[in-house]
Amino acid sequence: MVQEVAILGVGMHPWGKWGRNFVEYGVKAAEDALKDAGIAWTDVQYVAGGDTIRNGYPGYVAGATFAQALGWNGARVSSSYGACASGTQAIEAARTRILAGLCDVALVVGADTTPKGFLAPNKGTRGDDPDWLRFRVLGATNTTYFGLYARRRMALYGATSEDFAQVKVKNAKHGLTNPYARYRKEVTAEEVLSSAMVANPLRLLDICATSDGGAALVLCSMEFARKHTANPVRIAAISTVTPVYPSNVIEMPNFSTDSAAAVPLPAIPFRDSIAHAAYEEAGIGPDEVNIAEVYDLSTALELDWYENIGLCPAGGAEKMLRDGDTTIGGRVPVNASGGLACFGEAVPAQAIAQVCELTWHLRGQAGARQVAGAKVGITANQGLFGHGSSVLVKR
Amino acid sequence: MKTRVPAVNGWLNIDPAHPRLIGTKCSNCGSVFFPRETTRCRNPRCGSSALVETELSPRGKLWSYTGAEYQPPEPYVPRTSPFQPFAIAAVELAAEKMVILGQVVEGVKVGDLKIGQEMELTLDTLLEDDETETITWKWKPVAAGSQA
Repeated sequence: MVQEVAILGVGMHPWGKWGRNFVEYGVKAAEDALKDAGIAWTDVQYVAGGDTIRNGYPGYVAGATFAQALGWNGARVSSSYGACASGTQAIEAARTRILAGLCDVALVVGADTTPKGFLAPNKGTRGDDPDWLRFRVLGATNTTYFGLYARRRMALYGATSEDFAQVKVKNAKHGLTNPYARYRKEVTAEEVLSSAMVANPLRLLDICATSDGGAALVLCSMEFARKHTANPVRIAAISTVTPVYPSNVIEMPNFSTDSAAAVPLPAIPFRDSIAHAAYEEAGIGPDEVNIAEVYDLSTALELDWYENIGLCPAGGAEKMLRDGDTTIGGRVPVNASGGLACFGEAVPAQAIAQVCELTWHLRGQAGARQVAGAKVGITANQGLFGHGSSVLVKR
Repeated sequence: MKTRVPAVNGWLNIDPAHPRLIGTKCSNCGSVFFPRETTRCRNPRCGSSALVETELSPRGKLWSYTGAEYQPPEPYVPRTSPFQPFAIAAVELAAEKMVILGQVVEGVKVGDLKIGQEMELTLDTLLEDDETETITWKWKPVAAGSQA
């Protein structure tokens, strides 16, 4: 078991398609997190930014960009990129600095402004960049990979399009009253099943949108936290694992899996290893988890995550869903926020937003979507190029 | 006659009589890489620099598949206007124990495919201009009864 850090404050800017500068969303989220923590910006000793690659230079140096926008206060700074896992990389940078005793209080911020439509590689011709090549040679978008996983799940476990649709129905219901969600509307299975086919078997309403949004956390040492609150939500573990060779699941943006011809497959596949590492670090088991926020880039992918984070054995996710286990009021609600289904993805903010959501539930502040009695929560996410991402929180 | 060039240099043999993906193999541990790895074997317990070119098996089993129903963004270049949807296959090669992506040949729709079926490598045009024809690989279902 490692030492814990406290989540003293959380804040978000509502997700949407606002079309404004990403810095604005980050600043708003940061202001809310500071206010929630009850500290001043000038008290912050370290700023960790999650990078966006779609907004020019300020996005690459996000930590400094937010620090400048809040008013230079001399804080140490870092900027992290790990694709969809960027937020967790930033949280981990702040946590390790606190645990090393190099600072008491840190601000983590991620925000993005995203263009409409498929996420595309950066401009220019780069014949040695696999992300460029997969679009050029294969016409493989991100949804291509989601489609491959979904079809595989159908073949292995008998998942149906109706099951996938029911994930969307559940998440749409969960997000109805979430003030930070972009889509707050009930969706029926029929609407999902009649929406346009995008990446067979996945339809438009099976796949998450891309959004603008911002999220922030104030993290601090347990000693610092005790001066402000008696019982803070704590980070018990963070996993930022990479795969172990040979990894046998085709991952964005790759053309192939590793070959297992010479080296046997690892005992724990990559997706399972992400949460596994967090559980090991915290000394907490999946049976103790009351609430989870997982990365539902597609409806089918949410089902994969149930198994990857140990909520059920492989092939058990459809039953969990059908039994209502993952609906609010069930055994372990998943994506009580409404998930990416209701948010759409704001890449560097998303993993931070997952932690904001869990924090509200563990404090009993989640309003109409509150998961009763939540004490332990886990997030799971994955960034392309092999970035595992999982945060375990408890109170 | 246009000049035929591979979609990516060194990735495939574009001889119509012998279409093959070209990877590399580690002479020390036997690990296979596609796309080609030329600097260091990625087996973390090996790390050898003795990587030699190797042709990959031209057949494998369909691991999964999907379809691109909407035109992908640049740098994808559509072959037709309007855009025609196409299928994408992930094929598992038995000897190499790896899965390799590729577009599925024109005329084969998502609904025609079944996980586990035998697929074989073939060549097709990716891009074309007045002088050059850029050749890529595609996966094609093996016709029932054909010889391996």
